[in-house]
Amino acid sequence: MAEATRNIVLHVSDVHKRFGGLHALSDIDLEVEEGKTHAIIGPNGAGKSTLLNVIVGRLAPTSGAVVFDGQVLTGRKPHQINQLGVARVFQTPEIFPDLTVLQNVMAPAFAKRDGAFRINIVRALDRETEIREEAEAILDDVGLIDRRDSHAGALSRGDKRRMELAMCLIQHPRLLLLDEPTAGMSRHDTNTTIDLLKKIKARGMTKVIIEHDMHVVFSLADKISVLSGGRIIAEGLPDDVRNSPKVQEAYLGGAHRLEAH
Amino acid sequence: MSLFAIPRRDLIVLALFSLVVLAMPIWLQPLGAAYPALMQKFVISAVFAIGFNILFGLTGYLSFGHAAFLGVGSYTAVWSFKLLTMDALPAMVFAVIVSGLFALIIGYLCLRRSGIYFSILTLAFAQMCYNLAYSVLTPITNGETSLQLTLSDPRVIDSALAPRGAGLPSAGLFGHAFSGLEGFYFCAVVLIIAFFVAQKIFSSPFGMMLRAIKSNQTRMNYTGFNTRPYALTAFVISGMYAGLAGALFAITDPLAGTERMQWTASGEVVLMTILGGVGTLVGPVIGAWLIEYFENIFSAFNEQILHRVFSWVPEGAQDFVVTIVSKFVGEGWQLTLGLLFMLVVIFMPGGVMEGVRRIVSLFNRPQRRDPGAMRVQPAE
Repeated sequence: MAEATRNIVLHVSDVHKRFGGLHALSDIDLEVEEGKTHAIIGPNGAGKSTLLNVIVGRLAPTSGAVVFDGQVLTGRKPHQINQLGVARVFQTPEIFPDLTVLQNVMAPAFAKRDGAFRINIVRALDRETEIREEAEAILDDVGLIDRRDSHAGALSRGDKRRMELAMCLIQHPRLLLLDEPTAGMSRHDTNTTIDLLKKIKARGMTKVIIEHDMHVVFSLADKISVLSGGRIIAEGLPDDVRNSPKVQEAYLGGAHRLEAH
Repeated sequence: MSLFAIPRRDLIVLALFSLVVLAMPIWLQPLGAAYPALMQKFVISAVFAIGFNILFGLTGYLSFGHAAFLGVGSYTAVWSFKLLTMDALPAMVFAVIVSGLFALIIGYLCLRRSGIYFSILTLAFAQMCYNLAYSVLTPITNGETSLQLTLSDPRVIDSALAPRGAGLPSAGLFGHAFSGLEGFYFCAVVLIIAFFVAQKIFSSPFGMMLRAIKSNQTRMNYTGFNTRPYALTAFVISGMYAGLAGALFAITDPLAGTERMQWTASGEVVLMTILGGVGTLVGPVIGAWLIEYFENIFSAFNEQILHRVFSWVPEGAQDFVVTIVSKFVGEGWQLTLGLLFMLVVIFMPGGVMEGVRRIVSLFNRPQRRDPGAMRVQPAE
């Protein structure tokens, strides 16, 4: 897999997805480089979430394949895909509302250490110091250490999302997929999240991020793919994409310029 | 070592629990329930409810068919008595294994669905077992007449060790037959061990995974867990607990009938768990004791007893009060239980244990304030 100059971790090749007569995705080719942040942007209904769902195995593509690190993901179950090193943050946080914040972050570490299934009843949860300390360190990173013993269901939406991010980070995934990580957040929370994502980026984690907010996209992405009507209409470095007339036409109907505010 | 280690707080709970169970003959005396046969029932129902709660309380899968495993446990134990020996241990081991196998098969099929469909499937399987026991399987179950010991049973191991005595033997341990309170104490020790194992499960990472399944199955999958084997393991464990309870019933009274597998028995364990407190360790035990008490003691109250209780009320009013109250006791015990159940579900959805928690937090409210709740959130 290793190439001389760049290492492609995720390869989406020739993916089509049809829902009845609707072509949600046509002809999608995508290459994500190791250690880079790849943003997928596009207007509502462009097929961004469908694409993400195809990558994580929630939806099966009508044709085409998704290859991660030499392994075909298509046809695998979500837990198998996670075990290969792919973690996902959802648009509406998917957490364990009945568990404490600390337990929420500890659980994924067990999946990483013990695999998809293991009956682990000999040692009590309290005695799993290694995993607990790691979870506490990550909660400290995302600024939730004070809420460690709170019920996760009682957190604010912004905190839930940060916690969900912590749940992914503790697995040290090789690929992190983020579905609109700042949707519905205040400016303050958005900026905190951007800083956090930059910190992760410095650790060399590969990310695919779907985002509406141009501010977020241009402060994080190394490469941008623009999706419109289920097709990739442009791809390149942030500056190239920003200045492409074709993108502006598709994205905003030509009425406005794309701006990083 | 860590196989037997439990967190400090659990150890205290276990010690208190053991004390309460072993002291039953003392504290049940004033409540009028301190005779061995009834105390055995208390203890065995508690085993059943603890096991049921491992499935329902932790994973949230509501089974309406656990009586089937109880019945399977009883039949297996009685067959062990008939064919091998009157010793309680092999009967329990076989009962747990066989009911575990049943649970594995039924659980594997039922867990393909969740929610109400899962419940209906378990109910259907349990009714199937019940009807089979009643009809086709009569050579094994003896149908309506119940499976019981006979003088012509082979009892291979027992007859090899000692000459047969006259009359039907009763169950025991290492050649010593249980009599009087011994049967109760045997069951009590089994209950304490069963409670300890449940504590182990509750405090373990495995227990947390089961809670996480109840909380959000989607997140479990995307976190890399294969949820179905987890749920199936919980189902099998709770099936084994039910089988163990069935075996204990057979040990205290070597007889296995189909009525033990009826859907009402499945429903009763659901009531016990909800009444006591779903997902708590002690709750199902309290629920089991409450229901058994109602069923056996409360139902025996008659007008004479009521007249004695209300003897302080003036003569004319006394008859009136007794007439009203008598509708709620004796044969009307189910009315009271129903009302109690409704009150608990409406006002204390967490069962008796929620009530206990509320009372405790009432006493130490000043310290219990969550610092996070007071913190001002950043401006949104």
